[in-house]
Amino acid sequence: MDGTLFRSVNKFFIIAFCLDIKSYKSFMHRPDSFFLATKMAAPLTLLLIVAVTIRAVLFRSSLAELISARVEVVSPLNAWKRVVEGLALLDLGVSPYSGDVFHETPLMIYLFHFTVDYAEIVFIVTDGITALALYLSIQTYNKDVFRKQKYALESDRYSADCLELLRSPKEMFYIPLKVAMFYLLNPFTILSCVAKSTCGLNNAIIALFIFCTLKGSALLSGILLALATYQSIYPLTLFAPALLFFLQRLYIPVNLRRSSFWFFTLQYAFMYVGSLVVITGLSFFLLGSWDFIPSVYGFIFSVPDLTPNIGLFWYFFAEMFEHFRLFFSCVFQINVFFYTIPLSIKLKEHPVFLIFMQIAIISIFKSYPTVGDVALYMAFLPAWSHLYRFLRNIFLVSCVLLACSALFPVLWHLWIYAGSANSNFYYAITLLFNFGQILLVADYFYAYLRREHHLTHGLYLKKKDGTEATLVLK
Amino acid sequence: MGLLSDPSRRKVLTGLLTRLNTPICGMPVEWLVKAMQSRGLEVFTQSFSRKLPFPDENKERYMVRGTNVYGILRAPRAPRTEALVISAPCSPGDSNNQAVGLLLALAQYFRNQVYWAKDIIFLVNEHDLMGTQAWLEAYHHTNITGMEYSPLQGRAGSIQAALSLELSSDVITSLDLILEGLNGQLPNLDLANLFYAFCQKLGVLCTIQGKLQRNDWDTAEGYTHAAQTMMLMVLKQACGRSWGDHGLFLRYHIEAASVRGINSFRHYKTDAATIGRLLEGMVRKLNNLLERLHQSYFFYLLPSLSRFVSIGCYMLAFGLLVVILLLRGVTEAQQVSLPSGPGVLTVLTPVVISHLTGVALYLLPVHLQEMAVEHFPVSETEAVVLTAVAIYTAGLALPHNTQRLLSGEGTEQGWKVLKLTALLYLAVLLGCTALINFSLGFILAVTLVPITASMTPHMPKALSALVMVLLSPAFTVLYCVFIYQELIEAPVSVSEGWMLFLSVISQGILDHALYGSLVYPLLALFIYPCWLMFWNILFWS
Repeated sequence: MDGTLFRSVNKFFIIAFCLDIKSYKSFMHRPDSFFLATKMAAPLTLLLIVAVTIRAVLFRSSLAELISARVEVVSPLNAWKRVVEGLALLDLGVSPYSGDVFHETPLMIYLFHFTVDYAEIVFIVTDGITALALYLSIQTYNKDVFRKQKYALESDRYSADCLELLRSPKEMFYIPLKVAMFYLLNPFTILSCVAKSTCGLNNAIIALFIFCTLKGSALLSGILLALATYQSIYPLTLFAPALLFFLQRLYIPVNLRRSSFWFFTLQYAFMYVGSLVVITGLSFFLLGSWDFIPSVYGFIFSVPDLTPNIGLFWYFFAEMFEHFRLFFSCVFQINVFFYTIPLSIKLKEHPVFLIFMQIAIISIFKSYPTVGDVALYMAFLPAWSHLYRFLRNIFLVSCVLLACSALFPVLWHLWIYAGSANSNFYYAITLLFNFGQILLVADYFYAYLRREHHLTHGLYLKKKDGTEATLVLK
Repeated sequence: MGLLSDPSRRKVLTGLLTRLNTPICGMPVEWLVKAMQSRGLEVFTQSFSRKLPFPDENKERYMVRGTNVYGILRAPRAPRTEALVISAPCSPGDSNNQAVGLLLALAQYFRNQVYWAKDIIFLVNEHDLMGTQAWLEAYHHTNITGMEYSPLQGRAGSIQAALSLELSSDVITSLDLILEGLNGQLPNLDLANLFYAFCQKLGVLCTIQGKLQRNDWDTAEGYTHAAQTMMLMVLKQACGRSWGDHGLFLRYHIEAASVRGINSFRHYKTDAATIGRLLEGMVRKLNNLLERLHQSYFFYLLPSLSRFVSIGCYMLAFGLLVVILLLRGVTEAQQVSLPSGPGVLTVLTPVVISHLTGVALYLLPVHLQEMAVEHFPVSETEAVVLTAVAIYTAGLALPHNTQRLLSGEGTEQGWKVLKLTALLYLAVLLGCTALINFSLGFILAVTLVPITASMTPHMPKALSALVMVLLSPAFTVLYCVFIYQELIEAPVSVSEGWMLFLSVISQGILDHALYGSLVYPLLALFIYPCWLMFWNILFWS
């Protein structure tokens, strides 16, 4: 009797809460929801102005050259020096891929062929586009989250005592702005932009892909994903979360025996593969040869250049014998693609979080990572700020990442200039940095799953004898 | 503050120097060239010039022009890929008058031997460190300090090791080994061991930090003596300047040491021939090297010439100090609950203001010296130093202004978040400093960690403010000056110590501008703002 009264009172509060959400939703869908956009337009414009100012000031200072030479910020794949070199070779009429200096795709050469004089503006605008795309994506995602929460509440899927886990409009109002801020004002992004590393362009394409996916346009999403894959192969793993998102959006159940599932999958795959073929063919016709395939994709997979960077490949590959090179390349590369399948199975109802996890895994395990890649997935962290109470290691992880970022240049100096250290010291910091990133991603994964568990099973879990239960991620 | 303590006399002299544009005591370039050529070396000269940011009162120079003279002894039968350098700074007056003679004698002797596998460069540089800097920059085709120099006409391959000689009299009683280089960098311990081995073989008395070794390790006096020697090395390393001409070679990955002859009126005297045999032995050993010296330690502290403390021992002490900061940070993190919007913004304001003050402390003293000289009856050097001191003291008044800006946002949460940020920032800063220059990091850790780890706004304000100021970076430098003077057995009175402290500040700024020493920018741009953040916490309302 008491139980039912309690439950009905709760339901009353929950429905009142839903009505609040409903009013917010109707508010959002008003013809003048532009009003809401203008409320956020001023802080967003201010943020863009501040970001552009910081980048412009740094471009004009003497630090720009120093930053362009840092191995943590540029890699052989996206260094500006190599782009200039490739453009010079192109002007001379020689294939830019001769000589193993240039590893960008042909579309990138032609983009810079026309804009090399305005390179700084191009990179600042790219950062702005990425931030805007992320802002709008997270705004769309928030609306999605509300809608799903409302449906779940109305269909009684949530347990009775998890009110404090539900998300409210007030809390989520500033999240898109925070995401844009986390991307634009992140020192990693600023360093990457000032060094004119083409990682910024790759980030822009991925951000636009996320935006198109969340808006529901399968064709644009397929085209942009093909472009991102064409730039560096690893975004191939983002096919799975995008597919899962569209299936969820179109209410197609993920069941391998259903024909509707296969029909849509083939449609999306056709759009994706078709765009990829078109873009690759276009590159062939632009330059007239297939040189770019071994130079770009062969380079990414076989890792011939062992310049130290913040990734895990260089030290291993410098130490091993030639005999085992192929084996280790395969093992390391499979490591990037391998996590897609188990993560997709576990997170098939949460495709946006899966996108975040995939981007993080790509940034950690790719063959030539730079801090620009790290900045992209870090921009998403404010979107999961509601998970803070379940995070277990956030203090340790932030200390490790900050300390490693400070120690990278110190140990580089000690190794290369003072000669008092050697590559082991630098690799130790690299390992620690990647460990911190992996811990961060794993922590957020745990917190996300734990919140989902609490939503369906209740917040204060008790074991059979009445004592408080603890959750363990198995 | 030196010979020229009268501002009007200083102005006249600097005007005269700038107008004449020639040094008062020059180097006998033509004589040196002829002397080296007659000994069969390939002789080249290099001229350089530099205008200091403000007049250097210790060495009495402002507009410096000079010429380096160097002769290359080519190895008779070896490919010319590697070289050794023996250098003698040629300073005006009596301070280094015997070294060039010894250098020429060595050149003549070496010319007649057939066993040289590396080219030997005999370098006579003018204006000590500045000449060496110009020569090294020209040799390695870099220009990091803005010196103007003529390019080198003759080169000899990659330099494997270098020795610098300083001999002030022809009768020597002991040889002092100087290892500390720029930014506290040390040569490989093998070089020090080599020197000690040769001294023992030839029966020459050798010292380190000007102190003789003692054999009674077990007694209290022996232990104190060794601790004093080690303390001297720590202080010398911490100040980041190069204590001999060799210090600038270390930056280019060239193992180098300075050997200074001391005449201390002992009974047993060594003559120049024995010194020559010692140097010949050392150079022959370096000649036989197949690779650069890298087998022994690069990070060590020497309580005496035959004992060393390796990094594995002393880093632990430093690590324990930093762990205090980290544990305190963890405790604070558990009490603070993020994210709280206003909390982060209240932290940002003191951090930004502290760093802006640090930037002001770094940039303004040198840039505002003309304005200061116009309005006050001081010379340029005094203006720079006193501006630095003034900005440092002005920073102490900041918390009151910051609080007014924040319009009463200060809460219990606010200062905890600021303290957490400042503790982690200080820990990372001290860690990075200790990796590059251990002594500097350690001294800063010893003075800063106790008070900052226990800082809260609820402590008794007057007493803790006094302790905080007494342990601030500037006072640490002052104590180090006094302790250094005590250890070299030349104690100074308070006023002399204060003058020495001001000259240390001007030397620090000059070292940074001339040779790229990192101590002054580190203290001004990072340590001082960090200290200011804790000062802000103390006065949090």
